[in-house]
Amino acid sequence: MEVFTLDDLRQIMRDCAGVDESVDLDGDIADVEFTELGYDSLALLELASQVQRRLSVVIPDEAVQEMPTPALAVHYINTVLLGHNVPTGA
Amino acid sequence: MNVVISGLGIVAPTGIGIEEHWQSVLGGKSGLGRITRFDPSGYPVTVGGEVSGFEAKGRLPNRIIPQTDRWTHLALAATEAAFADAGVDPADYPEYETAVVTSSSSGGTEFGQGEMQRLYESGPSWVGAYQSIAWFYAATTGQISIRHGMRGPCGVICGEQAGGLDAIGQTRRLLRGSSKLVVTGGTDGSLCPYGVVAQLANGFLSTVDDPATAYLPFDTEAAGYVPGEGGAILVAERADLARSRGAGDGYGTVAGYAAGFDQSARGRPPVLASTIRRALADARLAPSDVDVVFADAAADPELDRIEAAAITEVFGPHGVPVTAPKTLTGRLYGGGAALDVATALLAMGEGVIPHTCGPTELAPGCDIDLVLGEPRVRELRTALVVARGYGGFTAAVVLTR
Repeated sequence: MEVFTLDDLRQIMRDCAGVDESVDLDGDIADVEFTELGYDSLALLELASQVQRRLSVVIPDEAVQEMPTPALAVHYINTVLLGHNVPTGA
Repeated sequence: MNVVISGLGIVAPTGIGIEEHWQSVLGGKSGLGRITRFDPSGYPVTVGGEVSGFEAKGRLPNRIIPQTDRWTHLALAATEAAFADAGVDPADYPEYETAVVTSSSSGGTEFGQGEMQRLYESGPSWVGAYQSIAWFYAATTGQISIRHGMRGPCGVICGEQAGGLDAIGQTRRLLRGSSKLVVTGGTDGSLCPYGVVAQLANGFLSTVDDPATAYLPFDTEAAGYVPGEGGAILVAERADLARSRGAGDGYGTVAGYAAGFDQSARGRPPVLASTIRRALADARLAPSDVDVVFADAAADPELDRIEAAAITEVFGPHGVPVTAPKTLTGRLYGGGAALDVATALLAMGEGVIPHTCGPTELAPGCDIDLVLGEPRVRELRTALVVARGYGGFTAAVVLTR
């Protein structure tokens, strides 16, 4: 069971990076690349920074390489949160 | 090879847009008031020139807003307006033949203040990633360049209040080189606690609480200047290209430019008069050709005397009409000289010298024909804009129409 959800991610992106006018963040975005959603590497660093603050975890800058899509970002964050590997698709 | 200004985008305490700004200038409608961007109670400075009614949300793309400071928001909006005014789309030009050179002074102080508060109150991991690109002086140039695909020789000039003229000088250089279309001018936005405290350190800010008497350049009661936010973005192009696309000579030609660095406080010879002369020489004009001078108007008694003396030295006592519509906006640092150029171009187009609101009695030693009371109708073919930035930056631009 995921502690950090796709909706949590949507909220953070909305709050800290804004949403491109042509993008529906509430749509089926889980496997869409962040770059296609209008988020560059700086936006992902900002996401990581926000997650660190809100959830009191440490996410190294290099971790953004492991988050090309929202689904993979949520998965990575849960791995850190729960302190162990989370099976994908759970 | 001539360079013309073909588009203006104005976001200032006198108004958003050319028409609102010009009507305020003609009517002497001041944009100064008690600062509202933060509560100035307890600060020595309580009066500022704010751009009222400017909301980035709705005007700018959602993604750009969180990663930029208000100073850049103002500039991005002004840039859009300037392109529309010029009737150009940078996408119509080869991307490396368009460029952006803005003037910046305070940088993203409001944005930076927020991040620094988080740093000191909560720790380093609370500083956002966007601080890296929102604060620094070139942020506005960068965002304009990215948004409009202008990939030529971009840059930023930091000369405080004088930088806007130096940016125009650099723009002219670029257009005489490989650039065909250049966005220049600038804005500033430093009416936040951090910004105001930094400005206070220069010792030149007015601590008068009444907006009507806080900023009185060349007056016996001159007691400093009022800070403001906003500015103007200008679209510049080569005269031949402007003509060939049907834009004629736009608002006017950048006929002359010169820069100097004044260290007279340290005993070096003052440079303002010689800078003015070099700008005129660059324009191949004589002082008698100049119809109006838009003054720097620092409102410090000593700086006023120095400026008045330089103008008198070049033009003779009461030798040319002088004005400073910036008393309606305050000094806008990175945006100030650009707004003066925009106002000068509008004045030339209308054949009206806007008056200087505020001053009523010229200080001794200020033997200038300061236009007071009401605008003066006069055919204007040549305008001189003068600007000085804290530390010694000195620049002059000659505009012709």
